[in-house]
Amino acid sequence: MSEYVLELKGITKIFPGVKALDDVYFKLRPGEIHALMGENGAGKSTFIKVITGVHAPDGGEMYLNGNKVSFKNPTEAQKAGIAAIYQHVTCYPDLSVTENIFMGHEMTSKVTKRILWNEMHAEAQRLLSELGASFSPKTQMGALSVAEQQIVEIAKALSMDAKIIIMDEPTAALTKNESEDLYRIAERLRDKGNSIIFISHRFEDMYRLASMVTVFRDSRYIGTWRVDEISNPDLIVAMVGREITQLFPKKETEIGEELLRVEHLGRTGYFADISFNLHRGEILGLTGLVGSGRTEVCESIFGIHRYDQGMISFKGKKLRIKNPLQAMGLGIGYLPEDRQKQGLVLQWSIAQNITLPSLEKYAAKGMLSGKLEAQSSKSLAEKLGVKAGSVFDLVSSLSGGNQQKVVFAKLLTADLDVIILDEPTKGVDVGAKSAIYDIISELAGSGYGILLVSSEMPEIIGMSDRVAVMREGRMTAMLERGELTQEAILKAAMVDADAIHGPVSL
Amino acid sequence: MNSDLALGQAPKQQAGKASLSANFAKFREMGLLVFIILLCVGVQLRNPSFLTWENINDIATNTAILAILAVGMMLVIITRGIDLSIGATLALSGMTAALAVKEMPDLHPLLALLLGTAVGLVCGMVIGLLVARIGILPIIATLGMMNVFRGLTYEASGGKWVSAHQMPNSFKGIASGSLLGINNLIVIAVLIYIAAYYFVNHTRTGRRIYAVGSNPESAEISGIKSKRILWLVYSVMGGLAGLAGVLWVSKFASAQGDTASGYELNVIAACVLGGVSIAGGSGKISGIILGSVLLGILNNALPMVNVSPFWQNWIQGMIIVIAVIINALVKRGIDRNNLIRRKM
Repeated sequence: MSEYVLELKGITKIFPGVKALDDVYFKLRPGEIHALMGENGAGKSTFIKVITGVHAPDGGEMYLNGNKVSFKNPTEAQKAGIAAIYQHVTCYPDLSVTENIFMGHEMTSKVTKRILWNEMHAEAQRLLSELGASFSPKTQMGALSVAEQQIVEIAKALSMDAKIIIMDEPTAALTKNESEDLYRIAERLRDKGNSIIFISHRFEDMYRLASMVTVFRDSRYIGTWRVDEISNPDLIVAMVGREITQLFPKKETEIGEELLRVEHLGRTGYFADISFNLHRGEILGLTGLVGSGRTEVCESIFGIHRYDQGMISFKGKKLRIKNPLQAMGLGIGYLPEDRQKQGLVLQWSIAQNITLPSLEKYAAKGMLSGKLEAQSSKSLAEKLGVKAGSVFDLVSSLSGGNQQKVVFAKLLTADLDVIILDEPTKGVDVGAKSAIYDIISELAGSGYGILLVSSEMPEIIGMSDRVAVMREGRMTAMLERGELTQEAILKAAMVDADAIHGPVSL
Repeated sequence: MNSDLALGQAPKQQAGKASLSANFAKFREMGLLVFIILLCVGVQLRNPSFLTWENINDIATNTAILAILAVGMMLVIITRGIDLSIGATLALSGMTAALAVKEMPDLHPLLALLLGTAVGLVCGMVIGLLVARIGILPIIATLGMMNVFRGLTYEASGGKWVSAHQMPNSFKGIASGSLLGINNLIVIAVLIYIAAYYFVNHTRTGRRIYAVGSNPESAEISGIKSKRILWLVYSVMGGLAGLAGVLWVSKFASAQGDTASGYELNVIAACVLGGVSIAGGSGKISGIILGSVLLGILNNALPMVNVSPFWQNWIQGMIIVIAVIINALVKRGIDRNNLIRRKM
């Protein structure tokens, strides 16, 4: 019998073009709560999916109670006693709590195969009250709060007799009180001998619960420490660690008049009390962990979703932006996070994509002039350095970086003053990244106001004049260029919002 | 260890909200029921012969086929699908059975019934294969097969009708006969509803149909064989359409190439009225009974109070649209409540 219930050695996982996990180690003792930490994209989620059999590793070995195992599918991992509670709860919203707990392993009568509803409800009730929940197992899952749904997921893990429970960012969507309840549940499970892998961005989660902490960074294993042996600054260094090696071609620009002012903006359930302003020639960084509400703020400014509190003024004029068309008309452009879904028509040519937002410019008496379209898109494509045979090539034939340049070109056909860039370098290789940084700098230099949303710390620090940091739907800091350090941003992105604003009630 | 650890305040204050939306489905059905009762009372006041035993029997007999088809359609819609081919499947099965009894007048009616059901089942299995195995979108797969089956019906009959005098009395007796004084169609429909109720509520497979519709990715992770479930629901739908085909032909004593053309839309309407969500994952047997009955009553009652046939369609359509609007409004309210409860 091994000292560890779970041991992973040298796990490597490669997705086409990316190494998602590179020689990663992990050891879990029985009755231990082990925190797994790292920045967005450090490889934590992939790691969990390897343990739970969703992904097969390309290298490395996995031991369960000292025996070598390899799971072909999630069901095998479940049978071996491993259960995962994912960040986005994977439930059946239309079904009852009981069914959610037992789906896949329902209790049935041995003879008639009839579902034993009474027994299932009773067992669900027992599990729920053991976890201290007060809702009925007959409640519909979709009517529960996220915290309650998480309790159901934990009950599900227990109903399968899981020995190893993985919680992926369980507190991300919970309030302080709800988190406290979750901590207590986790502790009780630990005392009963279950092992828990607790993934979180929050330091308070780790200090409150875990006895061990393992840190991943950039898909690599950095180290494992006892929680009482590592100091907070050391841990941040372990998580952030890297030097800013890329060259950011940030130009000093003249900051002009105020273009956009946002005051106490809020959208029920997504974000609240967001205030900032943006000047001509300025790059304002907007950062925060995934799920902190950055994209939602941008979508509200661009009129994709309505905000219900606060106000926006543009060039000194108070107004209400109701839809993207109005926003474009005013001079606000938006480069969405998912360019393939929202930014481009992949089956169209480069030229058709570039001219799409401003077709009226190329039309005479309702007829499109192909010649004008081609000329204009050609000059824009050249200006931005799109690498393609001709502007008639299909966008789907371009690389990620070049596709992104086409989206930029598309924005430039319209008369804009403010450009919102949501993760402009996501999924783009390093070479194309610096080309995109050049473009961004260029745009700021020529008088656009730029709102740059990014999770990449070096990018935010290297490019921004000021940085707004969000956490759980609220702004926690506005940092000037002089105070921009990775540590300062990380701290603002992770501090407890309650500590700053007091108890939040909406 | 303190196992009765209370979970703070949160769950208690949410209990009220939870029961609000949990009651939504019940509220919906109650609303539908109340509407049906009001409708009946209103029609009865205008025409006293509405709520007579013969007329009620008439309505039930006329609604039976629609109700049988609604069971299959509900299962399909729960899995986020749709089946547009059932009118054609019904015609093909009915035609096959009619041609069989025309050639062999001595064929036992039960065998004719089985033959039709078998034809429908095969049709359904083919569609299930297209949707589940090959992954064609249900609306496309069933649209295509609808034309295939319709074409086969014309081909099999040579474009001619099989009319009443070519059918033996035993065959026509399937729909006109009765058991213990109750029309066979009603008996068959009731039996099917009992079986369906047991299937969807008390068997693993039945519940997994809901799981696949409610969250397909989750279902995959829970180890549910989604493809098999999909294949199953289209096969059941086909089988029921086949059965309904024989009943239809027997009831109207005629089999034609264009039998039940467009009828699939009535069936979908009955499901939607009964609260089956087109987005998948939810739908109840009690709901589709009410949905079918409401459509049946409208068909019967509107002519009785001298509403012109043109207005009948208009009224039916408006009722469906209004039902869906009320649905959407209530659902939006619930979603909003959930968002307000989400704290930041």
